[in-house]
Amino acid sequence: MNYWPLLGIAVIVIGFLLRFNPVPVVVCAALTSGLLAGLTPLALLALLGKSFVSSRLLLLYVLTLPVIGLLERAGLREHAQRWIGRLHGLSLARLLTGYLLLRQVLAMFGLTGVAGAAQTVRPLLAPMSEAAAEKILPELDSADRDEVRAIAAATDNIGRFFGEDVFIALGAVLLIQAFYTQHGIELTPLSIALWAMPTAIAAFVIQSVRVWLYQRQLQRRAANMRSERTN
Amino acid sequence: MLRVEYAYWLIAAFLLYAGLCNLLERQGWRALFWLVLGTLFASGDEVLSQQAAGNALPAQLAGGGVILLALLAPQIRRSTHTENASREHRMQSAIRLGHRLFVPALLIPVVTLLVALFGSHLSIAGYAVFAKPQMTLTGLALACVIALFAASRVTRSSMPEGLIEGRRLLDAIGWAVLLPLLLAALGEVFTQSGVGAAIAGLAGTVLPTGSALACLLAFALGMVMFTVIMGNAFAAFPVMMAGIGLPLLIQQHGANPAILGSMGMLCGYCGTLMTPMAADYNLVPAALLELRSPYGVIRAQLGSALAILAATIVLMYLFVFR
Repeated sequence: MNYWPLLGIAVIVIGFLLRFNPVPVVVCAALTSGLLAGLTPLALLALLGKSFVSSRLLLLYVLTLPVIGLLERAGLREHAQRWIGRLHGLSLARLLTGYLLLRQVLAMFGLTGVAGAAQTVRPLLAPMSEAAAEKILPELDSADRDEVRAIAAATDNIGRFFGEDVFIALGAVLLIQAFYTQHGIELTPLSIALWAMPTAIAAFVIQSVRVWLYQRQLQRRAANMRSERTN
Repeated sequence: MLRVEYAYWLIAAFLLYAGLCNLLERQGWRALFWLVLGTLFASGDEVLSQQAAGNALPAQLAGGGVILLALLAPQIRRSTHTENASREHRMQSAIRLGHRLFVPALLIPVVTLLVALFGSHLSIAGYAVFAKPQMTLTGLALACVIALFAASRVTRSSMPEGLIEGRRLLDAIGWAVLLPLLLAALGEVFTQSGVGAAIAGLAGTVLPTGSALACLLAFALGMVMFTVIMGNAFAAFPVMMAGIGLPLLIQQHGANPAILGSMGMLCGYCGTLMTPMAADYNLVPAALLELRSPYGVIRAQLGSALAILAATIVLMYLFVFR
């Protein structure tokens, strides 16, 4: 067996560890593995070009940018923040847990493209989360804001990933079924999808608890600041 | 009929527009970057159909374009997104427009949802409105166009102003837009180069195959590691199944295939949450949200990913051998 193409992985790891710009690192890794596997340079170029243009759908989210830009200039984020600020019952943990549940259920029905970092997190969930965090701790610094936004994006990802595997007609389940069919084991998509349910529930509980812990940490900091001020 | 290819042409037009804007502002490298990427998007269908017809030259040229983009990426600094409306202006506008601002933002998911649910039943004079392949994503593109129209009505600004704002955001994301596509291409090159087979070969030589638990741990952690390296659980699955899952766990230790497949894939998903290689889920959102660290989203996910992984491995051990 030819083990030399594994050096492509080493290129990736070293490139990321040394914090080089990831774009040339990834292309170098592809060239390394391809050439060491014995592909001719022209065949490798064609493979690279063909696979790049075959995955153009990954850039579809840029079409949301003009809408988001226009709405943000007209105050979308400011409005989302003011609105959340006025809703007294809606805490940070409730907002994010509610979104997590909605995202998981939508993904379970195969509706993964409906929400996402560009579609819902940047224009809606992130500013709302910031406002909800500000209600707890008015003195949020920019590092805290980064963290709150990152948690909003993480909640979106987790909801999507651990919902979509329960849907029977989507990539993951069909890929598993296709692998088994190739190797002479017949399974129905439903039997595979069903066993994604326990992890889906575990993921919901774990992320909800972590969001709640983060909220409690903010509340503690706010309480400390108040007691310092009164002293 | 609306096809997802039209969405690619829209993207190409937007990228070329961004390139021309940068050219007028004498941002040479950045202009070239967007122009090359836009050209790749515009010519993509031609590249694929020529390749299918046996002419490899357009694909080779596209590959050259990809390498050119890789050389240009370090040259362009990511511009910090400068707001062209003051905070007071935005605040006043927010108070004036109120909840109407939500309407175009919500139109994006709602229209996408409607197309995903009912798109296949929609036809005009016997012709289907939406083509079957990638219907949800075609719906997303349509939703963006409708939402842009609605946004310009609500905010009383023109559609070209939307393009100007959109291009500012695009410049703020910068070279990070490339990563998802490049990593998909890398996965394809790795597969063609036999990287997966080599890893499975190595794993088989060091594993104590008599222990069911050792095999299960190797399978689960192998899914995670391989996903971290490749950035995609779908690429890891066939490799780990062929190397460990099928011969050792199913055939030797009698594991239940449905449970092993489903939960094994989910172990891979935990890996996706931890790796910068899954750029579209981890690095692009960090850039979109203008976090200072590109790894901010991964840091926020790491604890959850490890806990979910531990839970999945325990569940798998409890159920898979019964």
